[in-house]
Amino acid sequence: MNNSSPFGTASHSAVTVYVPRDSAARSVGADEVADALQRAATRGDFAIDVVRNGSRGMLWLEPMVEVVTPQGRVGYGPVTPEDVDGLLAAGILDGADHPLRLGLVDELPWLARQNRVTFARVGVTDPLSPEDYVEHGGLKGLRAALEMAPADVVAEVTESGLRGRGGAGFPAGIKWKTVLDCADELKFVCCNADEGDSGTFADRMVMEGDPFLLIEGMTIAAHAVGASEGYLYIRSEYPDAVATMREAIELAREQGWLGENILGSGLHFDLHVRVGAGAYICGEETSMLESLEGKRGMVRAKPPIPAIEGLFGKPTVVNNVLTLTTVPVVLADGAKAYQDLGVGRSRGTQVFQLGGNIARGGIVETAFGITLRELIEEYGGGTLTGRPVRTVQVGGPLGAYLPQAQFDLPMDYEAFAEAGAMLGHGGIVVFDDTVDMAAQARFAMEFCAEESCGKCTPCRVGAVRGVEVIDRIVASTHRDENLALLEDLCDLMTEGSLCAMGGLTPMPVRSALTHFPDDFLGGRRLLEIQPVTATGMRTEGTA
Amino acid sequence: MTTSGSDVTVESVVRRVVADHRDQRGALLPVLHAVQAELGHVPQEAIPVLADELNLSRADVHGVVTFYHDFRREPAGRTTVRICRAEACQALGADRLVSYAREAGLTLGETTADGSVTVEQVFCLGNCALGPSVEANGRLYGRVGPARLGSILNGTV
Repeated sequence: MNNSSPFGTASHSAVTVYVPRDSAARSVGADEVADALQRAATRGDFAIDVVRNGSRGMLWLEPMVEVVTPQGRVGYGPVTPEDVDGLLAAGILDGADHPLRLGLVDELPWLARQNRVTFARVGVTDPLSPEDYVEHGGLKGLRAALEMAPADVVAEVTESGLRGRGGAGFPAGIKWKTVLDCADELKFVCCNADEGDSGTFADRMVMEGDPFLLIEGMTIAAHAVGASEGYLYIRSEYPDAVATMREAIELAREQGWLGENILGSGLHFDLHVRVGAGAYICGEETSMLESLEGKRGMVRAKPPIPAIEGLFGKPTVVNNVLTLTTVPVVLADGAKAYQDLGVGRSRGTQVFQLGGNIARGGIVETAFGITLRELIEEYGGGTLTGRPVRTVQVGGPLGAYLPQAQFDLPMDYEAFAEAGAMLGHGGIVVFDDTVDMAAQARFAMEFCAEESCGKCTPCRVGAVRGVEVIDRIVASTHRDENLALLEDLCDLMTEGSLCAMGGLTPMPVRSALTHFPDDFLGGRRLLEIQPVTATGMRTEGTA
Repeated sequence: MTTSGSDVTVESVVRRVVADHRDQRGALLPVLHAVQAELGHVPQEAIPVLADELNLSRADVHGVVTFYHDFRREPAGRTTVRICRAEACQALGADRLVSYAREAGLTLGETTADGSVTVEQVFCLGNCALGPSVEANGRLYGRVGPARLGSILNGTV
């Protein structure tokens, strides 16, 4: 098959080769690998049909190339552009052996052990192919929902136990019911895709890897609550997700999946992408609504809740990407099937994201109840640097730092809450033993100071004072008094802030203090810390 | 990205952009993104025009422009490099990249005097399993060490 004639054709029909278009894969050279494959095909050396898929979520293997063979899809990775000619010469189009050969992708233990529900299609299909989408079970949920009365759809979602995946874990069905029960003519469905938490990237991957799923989920929500207009608020740091979603929305309109009389039903619903502008706080739902209205992203006091007075004062469903992308599965397979997964009041699956200093980072979707240790050690393979794991931060910048002693905690909302931590969005960031926890605590306060919307005093002023107090503790200036002051400040921020930004910033701070008190004894590294405030409001080396 | 044009040019761009977004609800953010895409930044002269077109006060428009990190009041350099400094990248030594940039004479949030490079910090590019991450002129790079950052800053990558 290695036909070197420029005019010759390969001895068999074109082999489909998948190269991810996911931005994580592109960040390590997927485009160049795809180009190299394409060049080989254009030269006529090999008959290759390059398809850009989403990522399977085994990010340490990216760029991972998959070759379709009669036995199944065979993976090779991580592939560099320089590897491509050698791989082709070795016969990868027939699934041949090579040092980079991983085996049949669906049988790789890392993937096979997972329970991919929301991520079932991500990495498998061409994200922008409507045909692929339908062939792999797309639209089943929407078709089922359109057969049902809105109240029954809401009941099904409530029954499934699906909880908001944005962090707070509020039952999705209850929120929907509130909107359904409002009599207003104009209602909105808003998807919060302002995934600003470090260590979380599942929203991005599903938008880039299975955009029609989000459109389907939002359309089901629209039918369930009686909304006619939807907004998808994506952060500007995700240009690939923005482009993919915009293209998918155009395609969906052409297919009759959006617009008037969707799928021949009486449902009218259209969807618009709005791009954020680099404000972390806009991930808070009321701040996001302000931003969608064209205003500063200032948090609103609740009540009124957005379900009753949301976007432009109208009843509004605000859900996270993963919540809305799970809805079609619930409707397609029934509430019972989803309910059967999970533990306690945490039903279904959670999409865990392994990041930071980790050997095998990526997406692990599995039922609630798995332990942190299994995720970090069995899936993650420990740290990338090979040093011991010292701590993990779970649930984003506002989540707790947990020590080894707590790695046997089962991953469920209630177990985490009991341990003074939060599961949040399922993001897990691993640190090795070189981490300075006083610096991490200081960063939490500094980040809050930088990103606070400024509406309430505990957050706006408290965070700035928090940095100063931590600096004094580390410098051993009136240490005991300042420790007491920090405790008091944390109480005040927790109790007195309007939203989770100020209210949860004490969580990483306190967990660092509780579990790693020695790091606050000073001298470790603080003098080297670079301030995060770029505008020069504080001088360097504030310690 | 010539921004030395007269106020009339800024005004005409802004009025056209607003007209293009006339049918959108709460259009100020999309309008500001579009203005910045055309002019490279949101010049001061744009603010009264936006206020007039959108029936807002100048203070309202100014408030929005200054609230969001993305909107620039001054043009950026020819290359814009953003270094991720959020926790996942910190865990893999993002601060080494910041130190490298600083030692190369670059200040976060500023543009070099010759207008070649603007270096900024960013909190999370969503590439947390392949950090440290850097974005340059809209392109994302993973597993970036100081040497690679050097090439990115020099425009050789």
